[in-house]
Amino acid sequence: MESKMSEFLRRFGSLIGLIILCIILAVWSDTFLTGRNLMNILRQSSIAALLAIGVLLPILTGGIDLSVGSIQGFTMCFMAYMVVTTGINSILGIFLTLLLGSFMGLINGLLLTKLRLPHPFISTLGMQYVARGLALIITGGMPISGLPPAARWLGSENIGGFPVSALLVVVVCMVYYVILNHTPFGRYVYSIGGSREAARLSGVNLDRVLNWTFVSAGFLSALAGVVLAGRVNSGYPLAGDGGELDGIAGCVIGGTSLFGGEGTVLGTMIGVLIMGVLRNGLNLLDVSAFWQKVFIGIVVILAVWVDVLRRTAEYRASVRKV
Amino acid sequence: MDGEPQLLTMRNITKKFPGTLALDHVDFDLQAGEVHVLIGENGAGKSTLMKILSGAYVKDGGEIRIAGEPMELGTPAAAQKAGIGIIYQELSQVPQLSVTENIFLGREIRRGPLIDWQAMHAEARRLLQTIEADFSEKIPSRKLSVAHKQMVEIAKALSMNARIIVMDEPTSSLTPVEVERLFKIIRKLSSGGVGVVFISHHLEEIKEIGDRATVLRDGRLVKTLAVEGREIDDFIELMVGRTLENKYPKVPAELGGEALRVEGMSRPGAVDSVSFSVRKGEVLGIAGLVGAGRTELCRLIFGADQRTSGCIFVEGREIRVRAPEDAIKNGIGFLTENRKEEGLLLHLSITRNISLPILGSLTRGPFRFIKLIDHRRDAAIADEYYRKLNIRAPSVRKKTGELSGGNQQKVVFAKWIASNSKALIIDEPTRGIDVGAKIEIYDLINNLAAQGVGIVMVSSELPELLGMSDRILVMCGGRITGELKDPKTFTQEEVMKYAIAFSPQETAVVG
Repeated sequence: MESKMSEFLRRFGSLIGLIILCIILAVWSDTFLTGRNLMNILRQSSIAALLAIGVLLPILTGGIDLSVGSIQGFTMCFMAYMVVTTGINSILGIFLTLLLGSFMGLINGLLLTKLRLPHPFISTLGMQYVARGLALIITGGMPISGLPPAARWLGSENIGGFPVSALLVVVVCMVYYVILNHTPFGRYVYSIGGSREAARLSGVNLDRVLNWTFVSAGFLSALAGVVLAGRVNSGYPLAGDGGELDGIAGCVIGGTSLFGGEGTVLGTMIGVLIMGVLRNGLNLLDVSAFWQKVFIGIVVILAVWVDVLRRTAEYRASVRKV
Repeated sequence: MDGEPQLLTMRNITKKFPGTLALDHVDFDLQAGEVHVLIGENGAGKSTLMKILSGAYVKDGGEIRIAGEPMELGTPAAAQKAGIGIIYQELSQVPQLSVTENIFLGREIRRGPLIDWQAMHAEARRLLQTIEADFSEKIPSRKLSVAHKQMVEIAKALSMNARIIVMDEPTSSLTPVEVERLFKIIRKLSSGGVGVVFISHHLEEIKEIGDRATVLRDGRLVKTLAVEGREIDDFIELMVGRTLENKYPKVPAELGGEALRVEGMSRPGAVDSVSFSVRKGEVLGIAGLVGAGRTELCRLIFGADQRTSGCIFVEGREIRVRAPEDAIKNGIGFLTENRKEEGLLLHLSITRNISLPILGSLTRGPFRFIKLIDHRRDAAIADEYYRKLNIRAPSVRKKTGELSGGNQQKVVFAKWIASNSKALIIDEPTRGIDVGAKIEIYDLINNLAAQGVGIVMVSSELPELLGMSDRILVMCGGRITGELKDPKTFTQEEVMKYAIAFSPQETAVVG
């Protein structure tokens, strides 16, 4: 009985948390449940969602990517620079931006797999500074504004009342769900998170898989950069500051283990939405942005603590069965 | 036995774990000056019982008395205070700290707020002398051999005035010379009135060191008996609860063509131009002492480590091996000595472990460049070996971390059989596995040989190697120093003669 409860909590715990949060806010605030507000939450969460899935893969292998926020900032500025300052075609600009993000991710990967830096914490921490610096250099420290409509489409338009960016996140989620659950690459990612050496001795090409997880993170960071540029109609060098932490928090609230091997796309999305809804709710309730940080921090700690409680209960239940 | 209360009395000790009753009303006692051997298969409850004694686990029922006094040993600190010292299998020392610091870690001798180094070194030296350890107390622990680290642990226990010293499989990674020295220390301790509990898988050691033996099976006490006048077979019978007619049921297979050949395999400091070949259906044993380069050789062949020279041939065709995936693709499998760290992904299911090396070929997809896993075939393969190898688990979806050692090992075998290995390298295939499950592993080896797989088997258990091999190579100092060709004339003595052929100086300490 108790183990069933625990199994239920494991699968739906964060979802239940999200629903309870929504109910509380719906009761508390008149505006929360309006369509406009809900769309707003989706639009605002889409950036964090892309970064969270970006950082999810390295985390699943037992690593981390601290550079996703900065890469988002840099690629956003790069895109604004390309389509505004040099005036190239918007589609080409987006394409080059995504390529640039993937390339920076690849560098993160190569630092780990070729230079053999001990942990991606270090390589991606370095990349965090480098990308931020490049963003300041390319913009001269000033925002570049006035993007053409085609470049803004992903970030600002709606289809059938839904923000394009939210629909984009849904597509990305589906693709990553398939990658993680139905391709050999996905299995390798989870395997490496369990034990690097065991995966390697089972024939998993560690370097290749690890490189791809960082390319994926870089690509999604750039995609987040494109979306944000479209939404705010500019590229500004401090964009995405702290984005990596929001991404990591989303993963963790959604039940991802920082030790690797455990975590899902769906859980991560729920984690991101919990943060998005909480931020939105606190805004509606006129809580200052400063206090919002405090609450988000508490939620991260709470989420992991509940997970610890669940595991303990699971353990006790299996003991009692004897 | 009468008059003075016993040093240690444990009565009706019970302990529950998820899914099992680890200890079921077990009694155990220890006299001062006695060496009491604790034996049983893996999972019989030996370590659990000792962890309760050391305060690492809290018992769910029962009573512990030390020198007649009832004790609640809820924490390691309480156990230490009660005079219990434990020397674990995995020695827990801080490698960067000196011997002295390790002995007194957390209990430093102080003068005011500062550490009194002089007093601490002097005391450490005195303790090391009592057990005739011949290395300096000032060298860092990382420079010590396993045997010497063990001595540090013993000194540490003595520094806490331990009257009861528990040793959990202390001989498992010692050379015969080191084992002898350890036994000398144990005898000295017991003659000084210390009670020693000795846990071991090596049954020959019982007769050499033990006064009494307690046998556990499935968490229950089978019997406590005096060692004198008993044979090893008596103990085995008590452990497994039945007589084992044949411990090594070797079935010689028909030998075919060459399965695997290596030439001039070298890696400086580990393996020195080793060449051999193994035929289909043959079990080639590789013997040698710890550090002889056996595991290193296996890793070179499999591409787990890089070789500086050497060629590898599978079925007569030279193959390029630069990483494990190359070896696997060419039909080489490698069962590692560390099942839990290198052999299995404990957080993944049986299915996922078995199919990991062959996932690339288990795909289908609408497009050539998008490859999706064919879950049905994946499950079918796992199911097939789950039944064929008689893996005991509720289903193939069970995480391998929750299986017993023997069943875990079967999953590793299944992985390599499923990947169609033509040559299988098995490094310590029965390490940490129950006597009963060992037989199943031997049967599996026989079956594989019968199917024409060439098997290279490394084992530190000489009787096993002698019993299962068709031919034996002996390694020493990274080279092959001898070959035993006829199973009928295999002897331990001959193997040992080659194994110490070019013995490098005993792993001494550079102090």
